[in-house]
Amino acid sequence: MYNFEVEKPGTLAEATAAMAGEDAQALGGGQTLIPTLKQRLASPAKLVSLSGVAEMQGISKDGDALRIGGATTHGAVAADGNYPALSALAAQIGDPAVRNRGTIGGSLANNDPAACYPAAALGSGATIITTNREIAADDYFQGMFDTALDEGEIVTAVSFPIPQAANYQKFVQPASRFALVGVFLAKYADGIRVAVTGASNEGVFRWAEAEAALGDDFSASALDGLSVPADNMISDLHGPAAYRAHLVKVMTGRAVTAAG
Amino acid sequence: MTKVTMTVNGKAVSGDVEGRTLLSSFLREDQGLTGTHVGCDTSQCGACVVHVDGAAVKACTMLAAEADGANVDTIEGQSNADGSLNVIQQAFQDHHGLQCGFCTPGMVMSAAALLKDNPKPSETEVREYLEGNICRCTGYHNIVKAIMAASGQDVTAIAAE
Repeated sequence: MYNFEVEKPGTLAEATAAMAGEDAQALGGGQTLIPTLKQRLASPAKLVSLSGVAEMQGISKDGDALRIGGATTHGAVAADGNYPALSALAAQIGDPAVRNRGTIGGSLANNDPAACYPAAALGSGATIITTNREIAADDYFQGMFDTALDEGEIVTAVSFPIPQAANYQKFVQPASRFALVGVFLAKYADGIRVAVTGASNEGVFRWAEAEAALGDDFSASALDGLSVPADNMISDLHGPAAYRAHLVKVMTGRAVTAAG
Repeated sequence: MTKVTMTVNGKAVSGDVEGRTLLSSFLREDQGLTGTHVGCDTSQCGACVVHVDGAAVKACTMLAAEADGANVDTIEGQSNADGSLNVIQQAFQDHHGLQCGFCTPGMVMSAAALLKDNPKPSETEVREYLEGNICRCTGYHNIVKAIMAASGQDVTAIAAE
């Protein structure tokens, strides 16, 4: 690792001020960033650790929504249970020690194309709350490792509308345990949302045809006539594009069945 | 350099660290606590698991500066007050829960974290909890058996296949 300074702000105002410095980088739980720094793939002058920012901690019910502070760990979300499908998703990220450090804000800011949380946020139509504004999940994810966040902007919280039913199906890449394909499905009064991670070169995406079909008939057989084009799917040693495209449909079907 | 102060195994310690100093480096190189092993340095293997404010974390993937003010427990603090092995350590010895022993500190620390939250885990729960702890001797059966035994459960039915 190249060397850097570490700042540990205690409030959001201090964190925002610290991020204004040249080459400052926010540090969530560091479970992706620290390995990235070790490989010298990033060389920030300063890391702004968000783990001590009190306003970014914790989980609260806010009407029909669940608000999760950006510095909340995967372990805390897994243990929460107010949104069972979301807790189940968090419980499948990494391993217990990683879940004790990794945060939801860090995951969403990084937007790894195989990460689990982007599927939950997009699949739930969540709102990403930042130091500057509120961003709808549909506008937030902008491709692999790319988001609507501006320089220095911090994900302070995420608000998830709690659905009537939901399920996450993760086909695990056996070496990394990231999602080779992960499908998050949620059923709301105004429709079904299906978000897919791990599969596309564009990062997380919604499968609109499946959402429409499941809106008419909420059963796995409603997907029978559909297929996912392999054109823009990731192809690597773990699976070719056609395999991932196929898995999207299989995992969506499993999610429908499991959501009931 | 930044000064960090933390409690390690009940003792207040402090040191000057660079921003990039990992908690594992601080424990091993500054404090001489080399029981925390660094196997992979890529957060995969779990040999470096310690407890920070009671939670199991990978010390190779946390900055020392972030542990400033924290309570850190390492394998060196696990034995009983008289120096004898604690229940988990003794169970690892009794059930031959190690072969080369390199992963053992992390296994014991993960086991301690598991049993704190879940005092009577099932075999499946133990295996799931150890997902981030790799034993390259592949001695998992006896590690699982040792943890089950440490939780006071009958392990005669768990075969060492």
